[in-house]
Amino acid sequence: MTEIIKTDALIVGAGPIGLFAVFELGLLDIKAQLVDILPKPGGQCAELYPEKPIYDIPGFPIITGQGIVDNLIKQIAPFGPRFHYNEMVEGLEILGTPEHPAFCVRTDADKVFEAKVVIVAAGGGSFQPKKPPIAGIDAYEGRSVFYAVRRIEPFRGKRVLIVGGGDSALDWVLNLHPVADRVTLLHRRDAFRAAPHSVNAMRALVADKKMDFVLGQVTGLKGEGGQLTAASVRGEDASVFDIACDTMLPFFGLTMKLGPIAGWGLNLHENLVPVDTEKFESNVPGIFAIGDINTYPGKLKLILSGFHEAALAAQKAFHYVYPDKKLLFQYTTSSTSLQKKLGVS
Amino acid sequence: MIHVTYIDSKGTTRTVEAQEGSTVMETALRNSVPEIEAECGGACACATCHVYVAPEWSGIVGGPSQMEEDMLDFAFEVRPTSRLSCQIKVTPALDGLVVNTPAKQG
Repeated sequence: MTEIIKTDALIVGAGPIGLFAVFELGLLDIKAQLVDILPKPGGQCAELYPEKPIYDIPGFPIITGQGIVDNLIKQIAPFGPRFHYNEMVEGLEILGTPEHPAFCVRTDADKVFEAKVVIVAAGGGSFQPKKPPIAGIDAYEGRSVFYAVRRIEPFRGKRVLIVGGGDSALDWVLNLHPVADRVTLLHRRDAFRAAPHSVNAMRALVADKKMDFVLGQVTGLKGEGGQLTAASVRGEDASVFDIACDTMLPFFGLTMKLGPIAGWGLNLHENLVPVDTEKFESNVPGIFAIGDINTYPGKLKLILSGFHEAALAAQKAFHYVYPDKKLLFQYTTSSTSLQKKLGVS
Repeated sequence: MIHVTYIDSKGTTRTVEAQEGSTVMETALRNSVPEIEAECGGACACATCHVYVAPEWSGIVGGPSQMEEDMLDFAFEVRPTSRLSCQIKVTPALDGLVVNTPAKQG
């Protein structure tokens, strides 16, 4: 039987706003767990621009995307949040009443959470692999076209075509080449945006004729019943030819999609969750939306706005989690009780 | 007044006014031009504002920087005049610029 993980607050998305929500909830004694589809915290800050400087975080004249994530992780450590990475939230069931909400949320890894409040801090949505616009590719997906490798064994003895020039493409070239019958790397240019040692290892394999590197881009797929037999390729010189293969792995990076949250019964406006600006609550009592995923008159998609939204959502969440307690507003500078929670008194 | 023309993948042409100093990506979003997503907001980090610069403009606009060329690896159907529109700054010299947008960005 699936174990049910009970928590006060379930936070969807471990980007900067989801992380800061842990802090604001924690000050109010609300325990939180976070689910994120990425293998690490930070969301877009860590995935899209870890090294880019950000200039509009209050109190930091300049800080990188990764820098702010590292700081937030340090800042929320006293509250001991639990992270569930590489997982996407799927189904949501409303268990409670509008006055006393409770939710059951299931992830694609079959984890089940029971939470008193759900805080959606999902930014632009969940990061999912980009699917190349090749006619008929859907028919092959999951059978002979894959956007991620979960297990290496199914590739044993296969002719594997890997498309792309980034770290994912190079990593899987190197990891699958020992088990595959033949690995072919297809990329649009003879330059790579990947770790130099991976590129060197790949070039050594090509020089030893243990794998192939082809310049070009996929234009079509050949096969039957979802089983690939070849990919049609337009080469660098505009020549068109086929590469025989049993499986294809396209690695074109990630894109953001709202995903299963769209089916939760929340009002949506252009894939954003409309909220009020007092509590940042959705139309479903107990489900909040903060950060880039929400919308309201005057909304600015800034990290600093998300921080403010997290603080106000936490105030309302307190009343759901502790319906009989009175909320006392306190400052971290002067409250010994808050300082005790932060482990500094 | 500087004008930029966007031709979408179905052949529909949209000519809009562009402000000097803004980018071809920002100009598209500001004018609700379709087929430009710009998920990362212009950080040259996502390749979802991919455009094909019209051949007659390619020399004036110039080619991509090293970082942009790297990001183009994550775009689909890359061609010799492919650029990321967040990296093209609007200048008076680009008045009349024509770019084509691809059918799929992400």
